[in-house]
Amino acid sequence: MDAAVSVRSESFDLGVEMAALTAGRSDVGAVASFVGLVRQLGEGQPLLSMTLEHYPGMTEAALAEIVVEAGARWPLLAVRVIHRHGTLAPGDPIVLVLVAAAHRGEAFAACEFIMDYLKTRAPFWKKEATAAGGRWVDARDSDDSAAARWS
Amino acid sequence: MVKILYFAGLREAVGTAREDITLEAGVADIAALRRQLAARGEPWAALTRGRSLRAALNQQMVGDAAALKDGDEVAFFPPVTGG
Repeated sequence: MDAAVSVRSESFDLGVEMAALTAGRSDVGAVASFVGLVRQLGEGQPLLSMTLEHYPGMTEAALAEIVVEAGARWPLLAVRVIHRHGTLAPGDPIVLVLVAAAHRGEAFAACEFIMDYLKTRAPFWKKEATAAGGRWVDARDSDDSAAARWS
Repeated sequence: MVKILYFAGLREAVGTAREDITLEAGVADIAALRRQLAARGEPWAALTRGRSLRAALNQQMVGDAAALKDGDEVAFFPPVTGG
């Protein structure tokens, strides 16, 4: 499996990453992708920005471990994970997961698995900034249950 | 010496991202390290309150029973919220 993870402040382009993932190979029959974006808040003061803090070193290792686990569960050909840190604006992309496989079943499943595990195991923390000040985002129980269904 | 890292809201509460500390006699696991730090009072006392603050040992998430040794890197942080 061709696997790579990246934690960086710069944005990413889905098309560019997808083309690079499949360039020069003809064994890929399916690519599933997930892109997470900074979402505007549903209530209260509007979101001005979102800052992502992470644990350099552990973050990359945790993401790589999640990808290896996905590769052990499904026959995958290639995986890319890009997760941004730093200060982002509403609408900005945060995270990209690309999974290439021979068939769609394993591509869809592994893409969802990687996101579910990332949400509970990768050391990132979000802080929202509004006109009222900053607030750390609380973890959600639904993220724990989403990850638990794979075990 | 053990290197302690704090992240996110906990980092802001304790006012530092990193400190080096000497383990007190008998402090041999994460649970005991939590108690050593919590004995300082607030805001470190949060380390033994409830189960919300997580720990990593040498960059791997661990439970409170994980054994400590000199030179380890320990991190404490709230539940993660990436993605």
